[in-house]
Amino acid sequence: MTATLEARPAPGRGRARARHRLAVLGFMAPAIIGFVLFFGYPLVATVIFSFTKYDLINAPEFNGLDNYTFMFKDPLLIKAITNTLWFVVVLTIARTVFALGVASVIARLKSGVGLIRTLCYLPSLAPPVAATLVFFMVLRPNGGPVDSILGWFGVDSPLWFSDPAWAKPGITAIMLWISGDLMIIILAAILDVPQEQYEAAELDGAGPIRRWWHVTLPTISPVLLFGIVNSVILALQLFTQAVVAGSAGSGAADATGSTKYLGFPDNSTLTFPVYLYTQGFRYFDMGYAAAMATVLFIISFAVTIVLVQRMRKNSTAEEGGPGA
Amino acid sequence: MTATLAKPPVDVSAEPEQPRRKRDVGGFLNWVATHALGLALGLMFATPVVFVFLTAVMSDDQAFTSNLWPTEWHWENFVEVFDKAPLFQYLVNSLTYSLLATLGMLLSSIPAAYALAKLKWRGRNVAFILVIGAMMLPPQVVAVPLYDTWSSLGLTGTLIPLIAPYFLFDAFSIFLLRQFMLTIPQSYVDAARVDGCSEFQALVRIIVPMAKPGIAATALFCFLFTWNDYFGPLLYTGEVKDQWTLSLALATFKGMHIVQWNSSMAVTFLTMIPAVVLFVFAQKSFVKGITFTGVKG
Repeated sequence: MTATLEARPAPGRGRARARHRLAVLGFMAPAIIGFVLFFGYPLVATVIFSFTKYDLINAPEFNGLDNYTFMFKDPLLIKAITNTLWFVVVLTIARTVFALGVASVIARLKSGVGLIRTLCYLPSLAPPVAATLVFFMVLRPNGGPVDSILGWFGVDSPLWFSDPAWAKPGITAIMLWISGDLMIIILAAILDVPQEQYEAAELDGAGPIRRWWHVTLPTISPVLLFGIVNSVILALQLFTQAVVAGSAGSGAADATGSTKYLGFPDNSTLTFPVYLYTQGFRYFDMGYAAAMATVLFIISFAVTIVLVQRMRKNSTAEEGGPGA
Repeated sequence: MTATLAKPPVDVSAEPEQPRRKRDVGGFLNWVATHALGLALGLMFATPVVFVFLTAVMSDDQAFTSNLWPTEWHWENFVEVFDKAPLFQYLVNSLTYSLLATLGMLLSSIPAAYALAKLKWRGRNVAFILVIGAMMLPPQVVAVPLYDTWSSLGLTGTLIPLIAPYFLFDAFSIFLLRQFMLTIPQSYVDAARVDGCSEFQALVRIIVPMAKPGIAATALFCFLFTWNDYFGPLLYTGEVKDQWTLSLALATFKGMHIVQWNSSMAVTFLTMIPAVVLFVFAQKSFVKGITFTGVKG
C-alpha cells in the first residue's frame, strides 16, 4: 500500500490524494446519509422523546423523568423485563449448547453430511411467522402430531401456547428449530480445527470425548462467544415469535387492531420489545415507549461492545493490524 | 483364515492386526451410532414441515382430527387459499418490498463495503464499528422517531418506509460484503491503480467480478430478511390491509380468514417455498455467507 504511494511520481501525489478522498466520500456518502437519517437522528430523538408525553397527534410535552419513574410502578413492565431475562438466560444457553451439539454430530459424519446439514439448516430460512405457526400446529394439544405421538406412550401433552408455564419453552423450541445459522457457523469452526491437534491428542491417548473437550472446544471458543453474544441479542429482540404465538394461542381475530392477545397467555409472552410496541403503537404513548427504547438501547449497546472487543482482538491477530 | 493357521510366521504379523480389527468393529459401531444420531437429527428438523404439508392436503373435516396421514389428498387446497384471502396481492407486496430493498442494498452497500475493506482513510475503523453497532441495534429502539417522521410525511401505510432505507444504508449487508472483500488480495486493487484505474473503475472492474459469490450471498440474505420481516410491515402497514406482505398476512391468517388447519398450513407451507428454492439454487453462497458472519468476524 505504502509502496504504491511512494512509487507514484511526486507531482501527481497531491492530486491523487484529493481524488482518493473524493472516492472515499463518494462511496460512503449514501451510507453516511443513511446512518444519520435512520440511526443517528432517531437515537437522539428517542432519548429526547423519552422525557416527553407524546401521542403522535398533539405536540410532545416535556414531562421530565415521569416516564422513567413510572417504569418502577408499572407491573407489566416488570413482567416484560422478567420474560426477556428468562429468554436471555434460557434461550442463550439452550441455543448455544444445541447448536454446538448438532454441529459436533454433523462434524463426525462421514457420509450424508450434505443432506443432514441441509435438513438442519433449512428451517432457519423459514419466515419466523411461518416457523411459529408450524410449531403452533405441531404442538397443538387437541390432536396435534406431538400430542398424538405422546398419546401412544400415554403421556399428556402440555398446553404449550395456552399455558403460561409452557408458552416460553414453546417459543424456545421454535428458536432451536431455526438455529441452523449458528450451527453452520460452529460446524465451520469445528472443521477448521487443525487435524494435527487431534493427532497429537490421540498420540497422548485421548479418546474422542476428551479430544472434543480438550481440543475442539478451546479452539472454537471465539466462535462460541460469538454464538453467545448473538443469542443474547436475539433474546433481547425477541418479538415476532412472541407476538404470533400470543395471537395464535389466544385465537384473536385481528392481529393489528386489538391488544388483548399481546402477551397471551397471562402476559407470559410479553417480552420487552412486545411491550414497547404495545405502549408506543397500540396505546400511542410514544414518550413511555421511547423511555423503554432508551433502556433497550443501553443494554444492547453494552452487549455490542463485548462483540466489538472480541472482533478487534480477532482482526489484529488475523490480519496483523488495521493495515489489511 | 486357514492360511494363517497353516503358516506360523504370519501369526506374528497377525498379532498387531487383531486389535486393529477389533477397533474396526468398534469403529463400525461408532460409525453406525454417529450416523443414526445424525439421521435422527435431520429427521427431527424435517418432521415439523412434513406434518405441515400433510395437514395442508387434508380435507377440512380431517384437518380437525388427530389423524397424522391424509385419507384423501386435497392438492387443490394450495390453490383454493388464493380465493380465501387476497394472497396474490400480499405476494406482490412481499416481492415489491424484497426485490426493491435488495436492489437498493446492492447500490448503496457495495461501494460502502469497498471503502471499508480496500481504501485507507482516517475514521475507517470508527465507521466500521458504527456499522456493527447499527447491525446489533434492536429495530424497536429507533422505531418511535422513525414512525413519527414517516407519519408526518404521510408515508405510513405504504411500503416506502420499509424500502427507502436500503437505498442508503443496510448495516448487515455492508458488514457481510466488507468481510468478503477483505479476502480479495490487496495486490489486485493496487495493480489496478498502477494501471491508472480510478477507484470507481477498480471497484467495478476488479472487485465486483471477484466478489460475485459474496455479493450473491448478501443479496440472498437481504431478500430473505425482507421476505421474512414481520416487525417492519406490522409497524408501517399494519392498518392498511392492501399493503400487507405475506409474512404479516400469515400472522393474522389463523384467526381471521380461515379457521381450518388445512388452509392455514397450506399458506404457511407456501410462504416457506422461496427460501427452499433459493437455497437449492445457491447452497454454496448461503453456507459461505453464514460462515463469514461468524468465523471471520
